[in-house]
Amino acid sequence: MSTTRYSRQELFPPIGKAGQEKLKNARVLIIGAGALGTSSAEMLVRAGVGRITMVDRDYVEWSNLQRQQLYTEKDVQDKLPKAIAAEKRLREVNSEVVIEGIVADVNGMNIEELVKNQHVILDATDNFETRLVVNDAAVKHEIPFIFGACVASYGMTFPMIPGKTPCLHCLINHLPSQNQTCDTVGVISPIVQLVTAYQVTSALKVLTGNEIVPRLQSFDIWKSEKAEIDVWPLKNKDCPTCGSSSTFPFLAYENQTKAAVLCGRNTVQLRPGFERTITLDQLAIRLKELTSEFIQNPYLLSCTYEEFRLVFFKDGRALIHGTSEIAQAKAIYHRLIG
Amino acid sequence: MTIQLNGLHVEIPENIRNVDDLLKHYQLENRIVIIELNNEIADKSKYTELPIADGDKVEMIHFVGGG
Repeated sequence: MSTTRYSRQELFPPIGKAGQEKLKNARVLIIGAGALGTSSAEMLVRAGVGRITMVDRDYVEWSNLQRQQLYTEKDVQDKLPKAIAAEKRLREVNSEVVIEGIVADVNGMNIEELVKNQHVILDATDNFETRLVVNDAAVKHEIPFIFGACVASYGMTFPMIPGKTPCLHCLINHLPSQNQTCDTVGVISPIVQLVTAYQVTSALKVLTGNEIVPRLQSFDIWKSEKAEIDVWPLKNKDCPTCGSSSTFPFLAYENQTKAAVLCGRNTVQLRPGFERTITLDQLAIRLKELTSEFIQNPYLLSCTYEEFRLVFFKDGRALIHGTSEIAQAKAIYHRLIG
Repeated sequence: MTIQLNGLHVEIPENIRNVDDLLKHYQLENRIVIIELNNEIADKSKYTELPIADGDKVEMIHFVGGG
């Protein structure tokens, strides 16, 4: 292999040859292989990070190709799981990097096994619940977790360093009842690239031993707007995740989203582990445009999305008809509810 | 009045009197938002008591879930 492969990066003084050697021995876990995940993974693989693990529960679809840079039309036609398609492409990009794609639904029961021996975790999920699960595990195992998220032309990032910054749970003290998602308000790829540019920079700094500035940042690339807040004052000494008597609530079995396949009905029922009141009226405004056969009454909202019939109840529970695969049902739920 | 919001000078209606009004103006009242008013993080429980005045510097970051 050519010795000049990383020469431009080694010429950059804050990294240098010593930093490159650290990258070679580094292990990075990326949670999610959608837009953020594929972008971060490609940068880190090209940068020569020693080992990259990507976890994702979904498969490649046509609507992904506009921004999820590792995937091709062939991957859609083959209905390849994202983790597998990403692994294949990343190996072509850099055969020196050990790449592992894992097809799985990340939750409080498997996250601690996934974070074991990792040096940095990159956030590339599409929902708050999984982020808080990963945040719990990152704090517990003292691994930096680089938060990133985006919808439409707006994105945000925050490098969570256990012991040095507030954790995500300090900043988000409850699961939001309704969110905009890429499937409801859309997303353009430049904001994906901007968020991952910041996330990967933070990861490179952490891995090469450079100082990072722990600030919450947001950007709207369409409006040329940006904001930055020093969130240190929000560190909560009683935080259930990073406070003095932490319980890591998102790792507890009783707090996981419970999924049950309803036998013989080709239906999955999802019940959030944390109390989550869904305002059906607000959900209706967004879903009316995206779905068909829309019905709402005071108790529930029912609609058809792609080939699935969805029923949402006020307490956050949902029935996904048309699948008996739990991971697929969860993916649809989080796409629409966030 | 004019405030500096996320680095940009923006004109907001005169009837916006406090942080709570500002959030409602931008339809962010049901979202998770962190607000810094003149370099100090605004306490969520005091949004209605924190006045917004001409020339104030506001940083406002709302959380989104996509990725």
